[in-house]
Amino acid sequence: MAYNEPEVFPTQVKILIAGGFGVGKTTFVGAASEIEPLSTEELITAASAGTDDLGGVEGKTTTTVALDFGRITIAQHDIVLYLFGTPGQQRFWFMWDELCAGALGAVVLADTRRLDACFDAVDFFENRGTRFLVAVNEFDGAFRYEPDEVRAALELDPRVPIVLCDARDGRSATSALRALIRHLLAAVPAPSA
Amino acid sequence: MTAGEDDVWLDDDAGPLIRPYTVTAGRTRPAVRLDMLSLVVASGGVPANLDPEHAEALALCRTPTSVAEVAAHLRLPVAVTKVLLADLVHWRAMTTRAPRPAADLTDRDLLEKLLDGLQRA
Repeated sequence: MAYNEPEVFPTQVKILIAGGFGVGKTTFVGAASEIEPLSTEELITAASAGTDDLGGVEGKTTTTVALDFGRITIAQHDIVLYLFGTPGQQRFWFMWDELCAGALGAVVLADTRRLDACFDAVDFFENRGTRFLVAVNEFDGAFRYEPDEVRAALELDPRVPIVLCDARDGRSATSALRALIRHLLAAVPAPSA
Repeated sequence: MTAGEDDVWLDDDAGPLIRPYTVTAGRTRPAVRLDMLSLVVASGGVPANLDPEHAEALALCRTPTSVAEVAAHLRLPVAVTKVLLADLVHWRAMTTRAPRPAADLTDRDLLEKLLDGLQRA
């Protein structure tokens, strides 16, 4: 029986895909993921927002918020990378603590027609110390801004990278993920000789 | 079978019919701590008299699977799924492994492997 063989657990890591409502987070996750994006729900109760504790659901108003995620398996290194599209609405942000815990970093998707929609995500990751980059999603018909203009509008730290991407295109989305990993690597001290 | 009162009269938009705390028999805390990305895998042992929810969860974990994925397939909230899976771990029908701790964020080796993997993806 295969059941009795020692199981090999891959290393699991996660990256968050954040941004305002309708900016293309689910599209990005779907384009980069090897599986159709899965959707799960988090329970929200007035009593116990975003925790493991379901206590109080019997009596309190309970609602759920959908969480989309996808997966990239890197078989040669035995790593599974999960991409979580984080709920954009600010009122759901208490959920982000579990999502952020252990996350490598975040891609903040920005739509230049509505740059203000990603202010909250930028603030959140800055305050939390989660490393991120801004990926400007190039929507058809959107005016093309220079990265420096986006940086100024978002008051971004000069060290935060800005990349352009097309969230519908898997190669482009993956390229934004690589840029994030390079950004993370730049902060890791070089191995001592 | 002709149409009868047993026919499903709700569509997908209606959401789960069973209140979450019914599935978990009223319990609200998992018996074993699980993260959304904890991996669970069936150990091969199947407890007697397994109820349908636990049996379905167990069947989804023949290979190591994340809690989030099990929740998505069961169409149950993550918090409810954690209670079911923690039962199965407690009953030794499953084993689990927590995801890497956040301290590994400075793991150059891991980041380089990720970059290499994404270059080929």
